[in-house]
Amino acid sequence: METEQLIEDLVGGLQPVRRLRPPGLRASLWLAAVAVLIGLALLRFADWAGVEERMAVPRIALECAAAGLTGITAVLAAFMVCVPGHSRRWAALPLPAFALWLAVSGLGCLHNGWSLHGPGGFIGDSSHCFVFIVAVSVPLSIGLFAVLRRARPIAPLPVAALGTLGVAALADFSLEFFHPFDVTVIDLALHLAGIGVVMAAGIALRRRVLAAG
Amino acid sequence: MRAAQEGDRAAYEQLLRAIIPFVRSLSRRRCRNPSDVEEMVQDTLLTVHRVRHTYDPARPFSPWLAAIAQRRAIDILRRRQRVSKYETTDADRVETFSGAAANNDDVEAVHSAEEIANLLQRLPARQREAIERLKLQEMSLAQAAQVSGQSVGALKVNAHRALKALRALMQVRGKP
Repeated sequence: METEQLIEDLVGGLQPVRRLRPPGLRASLWLAAVAVLIGLALLRFADWAGVEERMAVPRIALECAAAGLTGITAVLAAFMVCVPGHSRRWAALPLPAFALWLAVSGLGCLHNGWSLHGPGGFIGDSSHCFVFIVAVSVPLSIGLFAVLRRARPIAPLPVAALGTLGVAALADFSLEFFHPFDVTVIDLALHLAGIGVVMAAGIALRRRVLAAG
Repeated sequence: MRAAQEGDRAAYEQLLRAIIPFVRSLSRRRCRNPSDVEEMVQDTLLTVHRVRHTYDPARPFSPWLAAIAQRRAIDILRRRQRVSKYETTDADRVETFSGAAANNDDVEAVHSAEEIANLLQRLPARQREAIERLKLQEMSLAQAAQVSGQSVGALKVNAHRALKALRALMQVRGKP
């Protein structure tokens, strides 16, 4: 097909479009909406006496903050890389917070003697953590992709990876408010597995959920 | 671009023509094959059209356009690599295909382009458009979907139905 013909077709089919708002603003609005939802759920369901006791330990409070920060920065980065022309370095934004979360969680494992066993046996209650992260991430991912696909990302892979990392980290942050025991090796592994499953699913479905917007 | 976002066709046409040399030079940095370069240019134009709502007039235009052009160039080069893994050239083959199946008498019966054009006019509009975009203008499914407004699935179905209908029309014409 001739380029000339293509230009004529594109010009002939031109319709006015509604300009996308700046990605930083879109990310902030999405995060604010999710903060309200998570906040309401935590107010209703979290065990606040237990939360207060655990958050009094600086390491656990830092672990929780790092998870939340990973979620926020990854979602922001997903919105930024979604739009052409923004630096690809945005994709690295969540890495420091994620590394901090891993390091502090690893410190927790060390503090607990690198025991492979959590409460209730080898896997025990940690399986609930995996289910919680996946279950909370699914609706959050649907909500996030519904907004991200408006930009029709030209490179869906980093958008899907960052978006799912963001929602899984936010799910992990929420989980900290229901987590009745300190981190163990198997518990951390199941948290990471939950995040990995969510990211793998998002990456696998990226073309269907992002490209058709 | 701001005017194009608001639906100004003249400004849009001017913009598309103005960006071609820039896109072509970016594409040439990645690939020397002229037909691949042209495909990169066309894919970039299509993508510019598809994501034109993402351009923010408060930001510079060139990085926005360059990101699209580079992405499309990478996609085409990757596609080429994938295809070349499974395809071999047929240049050394000296066989001729004498079987009846290889010599489609129905097609031979229709000699002129004019005759094919006449047959195309007898197809429903959407089927005709599918054939024109995909077969005559050699657009990819994505390009044809973008230009025609039909979904990829609808284009596939319409192209299939159109070929079936054309075959039937040719058979009718081929009969003495």
